[in-house]
Amino acid sequence: MSAAGTDIAVTAKARQAVGGRERAIIATFVLLALAPIAAQAGPQGYIIDLITRMMIFAIAALSLDLILGYGAMVSFGHAAFIGLGAYAVGILASHGVTDFVVQLAAALAAAAVFAFVTGALSLRTKGVYFIMITLAFSQMLFFFGVSLSAYGGDDGLSLPERSRLFGLPLFSSDKGLFYATLACLIGCYLLCRAIVASRFGRVLRGARENPVRMTAIGFSPYRFQLVAYVISGMMAALAGALLANQTGFVSPAYMSWQRSGELLAMTIFGGVGTLVGPIIGAMAFLALEEWLAGLTEHWKMIFGPLLVCVVLFARGGIMGLAARIGGKRDG
Amino acid sequence: MAEALLSVDGLCKAYGALTVSDNVSFEVAPGELHALIGPNGAGKTTLIHQLSGLLRSDSGHVRLGGEDITRLPMAERVHRGLARSFQITSILPGFSALENVALAAQARSGSSFRFFANAAREDDLNAQAMESLRTVGLQGRASTPAGVLSHGEKRLLELAIALATAPKALLLDEPLAGTGKEESQSVTATLRQLKGRFAIVLIEHDMEAVFALADRVSVLVYGKIIATGTPEQIRNDPAVREAYLGEEGEAAHA
Amino acid sequence: MSLTLFLVQTLNGLQFGILLFLIAAGLTLVFGVMDFINLAHGVQYMVGAYLAAWFTALTGDFFLGLLLALPTALLFGLLLEWLVFRHLYGRDHLDQVLATFGVILFLNEAVKVAWGSSPLSVPIPDAFSGSVRMMDGLLYPVWRLVVIGSGFAIAIGLALLVSRTRLGMLVRAGAVNAPMVSALGVDIGRLFMIVFGFGAMLAGFAGAMVAPILSVEPGMGDNILILAFVVIVIGGIGSIRGAFAAALLVGLVDTLGRSFGPQMLRLMLDPSAASQTGRALAPMLIYILMAAVLIVRPAGLFPAQR
Repeated sequence: MSAAGTDIAVTAKARQAVGGRERAIIATFVLLALAPIAAQAGPQGYIIDLITRMMIFAIAALSLDLILGYGAMVSFGHAAFIGLGAYAVGILASHGVTDFVVQLAAALAAAAVFAFVTGALSLRTKGVYFIMITLAFSQMLFFFGVSLSAYGGDDGLSLPERSRLFGLPLFSSDKGLFYATLACLIGCYLLCRAIVASRFGRVLRGARENPVRMTAIGFSPYRFQLVAYVISGMMAALAGALLANQTGFVSPAYMSWQRSGELLAMTIFGGVGTLVGPIIGAMAFLALEEWLAGLTEHWKMIFGPLLVCVVLFARGGIMGLAARIGGKRDG
Repeated sequence: MAEALLSVDGLCKAYGALTVSDNVSFEVAPGELHALIGPNGAGKTTLIHQLSGLLRSDSGHVRLGGEDITRLPMAERVHRGLARSFQITSILPGFSALENVALAAQARSGSSFRFFANAAREDDLNAQAMESLRTVGLQGRASTPAGVLSHGEKRLLELAIALATAPKALLLDEPLAGTGKEESQSVTATLRQLKGRFAIVLIEHDMEAVFALADRVSVLVYGKIIATGTPEQIRNDPAVREAYLGEEGEAAHA
Repeated sequence: MSLTLFLVQTLNGLQFGILLFLIAAGLTLVFGVMDFINLAHGVQYMVGAYLAAWFTALTGDFFLGLLLALPTALLFGLLLEWLVFRHLYGRDHLDQVLATFGVILFLNEAVKVAWGSSPLSVPIPDAFSGSVRMMDGLLYPVWRLVVIGSGFAIAIGLALLVSRTRLGMLVRAGAVNAPMVSALGVDIGRLFMIVFGFGAMLAGFAGAMVAPILSVEPGMGDNILILAFVVIVIGGIGSIRGAFAAALLVGLVDTLGRSFGPQMLRLMLDPSAASQTGRALAPMLIYILMAAVLIVRPAGLFPAQR
């Protein structure tokens, strides 16, 4: 029967795609874990620094994918949460509180409250209006940061020292921060993967595909979307807390709308709704930026058109491209 | 007649000057299949939207098992046992047929704010979903993405989803819409099987199916119920013949 | 607060609002008719300013420069439409955001390459330099009045165009139901191109008009773009009338909020706290306004009739 035939083919293909992603992410994590060792051959400090940064943005892109790819919530203000995380670290450190657990708890709490309040309001709107209202809220936070003259205002503030973990200076070495970031990235990935497959994630995905249907079987998508928004915001705040440590510096620029745009770009660049895609997308994005910036001062003139080309010619981003290449090879 | 499970009392809905539901009242007893027929634009789908909670009513009451549910949102009505299907197929195309139904089962068994365990591996939900799929004869298509099912299969999946919410009453909006002859036979057979187990409000254009399945029929014209009765009474009601079966009467008997 | 200062700031707010309207008008039409989020609309404003600065320097006359800058801005907009944007109609909003973001990166950098990264300045045309005495103790720069006047003239012209002409009718219909317009046999591709080019030119005009009073520099379109989005969201997407009302509202609230917010707060708080909070709150005001409007009216103040 032809119907049964396509049936099997479809599921086999889907399973293959998931299997491919699984392999890709394991390979990525292993390579990352080995990177500091390999980097000994080159400019180690620079490479470790760069890869730490890549992983931090991978966490942020991953958190965005959770609401964007699985909840169809296009947030154009996700950088606000990075800023909240970074400022929690920066402000506490400037008052002498350097314990990362305390800083992180403050970052997560601030992000959760901000996400809950703004999410509860934003989710009343749909589509383009949602994009714009999330942007508006992040702009508010941006200008609030600019007005914080006690903490450097427009110029931002420098961290007196990197965070400590239970009193130990674990982050003070670049390698320490590197592995801490890697652990956070793996943790966030596993968490997102579990959430997406869970009961909660299933409702979220269902609401993305057909909200009316979800209501007709007895779910109110709003509450699920709001909780996802809060989780996502907290995860991005974690990235912000790490970013403050990596750069040793916090400023309102972390929350600018261009940053939010970059986060969207990273996520789409890698492939929305795949979890693996945004991780790879963020890394590829920053690596490309770094490489082009090394080539020419005007690297944005190459980078901009490249983004346009990704949209026009490579639907589904890197993961989409990989799936098509894989599909061709098998078919 | 037994105590009504679903009772509709003086329901109204107007868009500006246009009245789409005009003082509609009827009752459905447990296990009864009550068909609503009427020409296009009579307001049948609007009425189903009002009953299911997708649309707010201007006035009137809907009661389920004696409880007034008129002001409840759609999701709450489902929890109280009022499920519906859609005229235009409304499924989750990217989910497998089984997951479509399992989600409906999930909605009524336990909290959905669980973040860690894999929902697709919950045997209990899958078993309930499989049971619903079996009822409509889709058990062989459980792992197929719903989006690639044939049209007739999608109509059956709609029914399976509604069943998995463990309803007391079903609101079925043209379950035969767009089906071919063979498909419509399998949907009709499924409906016959459901009859007697649930209170059913059925909207359908296929008169053959309506007169074969319904215990009672109400005729809706311009938002008003002009007659209610057994299929036989309706067939012979002169007002109905005039207003509605007039042109289509021949086809209905064919 | 003195009445004079209040009037001056009101005029400043009006001028800012008119500027926002000129940018938002094109944005809201492109958005409403084509369902297309064009982040690159802000760079078109920048390009207009640069072209005006460049042609003015070449010809030595601002109005000659403006005359040359407008068609060039139009051509430039059409070129962008042809190269990039027309391939994005009907695509996901997300794709549009990303692609037009790429266009911003490119153009912000391109003007640096072409004209350097330090700001250009354009002298105010001689005939309109200086100030005019509007009442006792109230001197106001003539050029700003010219900006306000020309903005109002364009707003009236646009309103007539949209409400009286066949093109305007199509645009209004397109904002409500684009597929239906194309089903009527209208060449929707051409309609889009016209609307797009027109919007680009209006943004370019706005850039050119403020070139003499602002510094012309790379990235000057980025922040104004976000404000223009705030305007069209408050006004209701696709509505020229809404854009006009919202632009003036945003311009006035922002300008008056910044200058008088701290003073108002002083009535409730002690002076230092008031100026602190005032400075923090003032730039957030319009975003608070937007959030408030969306919460009460999720489709803006003047939603296109659907």
